[in-house]
Amino acid sequence: MNFETIIGLEVHVELKTNTKVFSPSLNAFGSEPNANVNPIDLAYPGVMPTLNEEAVNFAMKAAMALNCEIATDSLFDRKHYFYPDNPKAYQISQDEKPIGRNGWIDIEVNGVSKRIGVHRLHLEEDAGKLTHGVDGHSLVDFNRQGAPLIEIVSEADMRSPDEAYAYLEKLKSIIQYTGVSDVRMEEGSLRCDANISLRPYGQKEFGTKTELKNLNSFAFVRAGIAYEEKRQQKVLLSGGEIQQETRRYDEKTKETILMRIKGNADDYRFFSDPDILPLYIDDAWKERIRQEIPELPDARKKRYIEALGMPAYDAEILTSSKEMADFFEAAIETGADKKQVSNWMMGDLSAYMNKHLKELHDLAITPEALAKMIQMIADGTISSKIAKKVFAELVDKGGNPEVIVKEKGLVQISDEGQLLEIVTKILDENEQSIIDFKNGKGRALGFLVGQVMKATKGQANPPLVNKLLAQELDKR
Amino acid sequence: MAEITKEEVKRIADLARIGITDEETDMFQQHLQAFSDFANQLDELDTTEVEPTSYVLDMKNVLRKDEPAQWTTQQEVLENAPDQQDGHFRVPSILE
Repeated sequence: MNFETIIGLEVHVELKTNTKVFSPSLNAFGSEPNANVNPIDLAYPGVMPTLNEEAVNFAMKAAMALNCEIATDSLFDRKHYFYPDNPKAYQISQDEKPIGRNGWIDIEVNGVSKRIGVHRLHLEEDAGKLTHGVDGHSLVDFNRQGAPLIEIVSEADMRSPDEAYAYLEKLKSIIQYTGVSDVRMEEGSLRCDANISLRPYGQKEFGTKTELKNLNSFAFVRAGIAYEEKRQQKVLLSGGEIQQETRRYDEKTKETILMRIKGNADDYRFFSDPDILPLYIDDAWKERIRQEIPELPDARKKRYIEALGMPAYDAEILTSSKEMADFFEAAIETGADKKQVSNWMMGDLSAYMNKHLKELHDLAITPEALAKMIQMIADGTISSKIAKKVFAELVDKGGNPEVIVKEKGLVQISDEGQLLEIVTKILDENEQSIIDFKNGKGRALGFLVGQVMKATKGQANPPLVNKLLAQELDKR
Repeated sequence: MAEITKEEVKRIADLARIGITDEETDMFQQHLQAFSDFANQLDELDTTEVEPTSYVLDMKNVLRKDEPAQWTTQQEVLENAPDQQDGHFRVPSILE
């Protein structure tokens, strides 16, 4: 029997407002434990939480960027559960009237595009952070308690681990463009849970689903779903039944492990929070936020292809983050060749960032410097080989490529007389290579070019070296 | 009329993390049944034309500007903690 995999994702994104969603405590990552905490966050008796206007603005902005309908009347509710990360014993969340509904994200997998529904987006508060297993105790830091979160629930529209991965990549990219969150999984500002079930092809009803937690990177989400897909298939094919359960992905064994079986559905006893009065979002407010949404990745990609004439592949990579796209546009604004800027950004620049786990703003290189360097290659001041040295310097220390080239003496040798002298000397020293060349061994020419480049520390103008070598070899 | 069973009382106690004896279960069953019967009188009214009232105050959009205020220090926050360690609240172990 063949099964179809049904995947839905719940993504939590922390909003980077200055303060928490219901209290004026600082909303910051990496502070001393419990430094950004006040009596509201700790749920002292008699405190009065108030809603942060900017958190609402940010949630609306994210919802609009994900093509959601924005509610005119939105409400906040109490969701009850006991856990030491939650001092009130309830979380202020949104149940029946979330800020956003019925959105979508377009993804592309193996060249095929598909629209994935966004069921809803609501605003809520984060919980504190627990450190487990310290001498038989757990430690609680409430800095994160009350940080504004949006929960984005997809429709169960994804059918493969790759689609889930593409959805997350696109979601992250869109949110990052709006600037409402850093969306850094490693800092917990983006978190993802996955729901997976299988059903025989042709069947309408969904099968029983399992929920996957502890997915600390997009790659683990993909791997976790792929594992769960196989595990459920095995259970079903052997005549078993899938239990409704929560499982976690173990990064070491690359397996999913049972956390708990969900018995009766959790009883959260939702009811309207009497402290947080209803939200009324009129058209003027919606319009004001809509104006603040920048050009989003899909539109920007389309513009790069249609207006700038960039290849689709380049456009995709350059627009994957707003920072990349802004850098690219600043570089080409100075008149540098678009394709060359793109090549350097997708090649050496991306390789450097991946290798050192850095982002563009961590690097010293400016768009103007990259553009200037490309200009210097184009006008023959430096060879592209030397440019790699200049580039390394720019990325590490920044500065002006013209100054770097001058100070390090990297200017390309394009003086024919000077190069001819070197070429003649190399030929005199390598008679065997000349014989090999005459006998039709192409490799001999490559060797000779290499020798000239070595003698000039890579600064010889390559086309000129080729020309001179061909000319001198002819004479011998 | 909704009947409050003993199982229902035990479930409510369990949700609220309150331990109750069998005797107390009987007592709460009677009390909760009385509350429920009292509230159920409302069912006799036709409310089809009445807007649900989630809030008693006729107010909307009570919002705060996104400006930080520091009210307490880490030390003050932890002063009332039953137990603490390295700037954290210390609680009985939750996970192994």
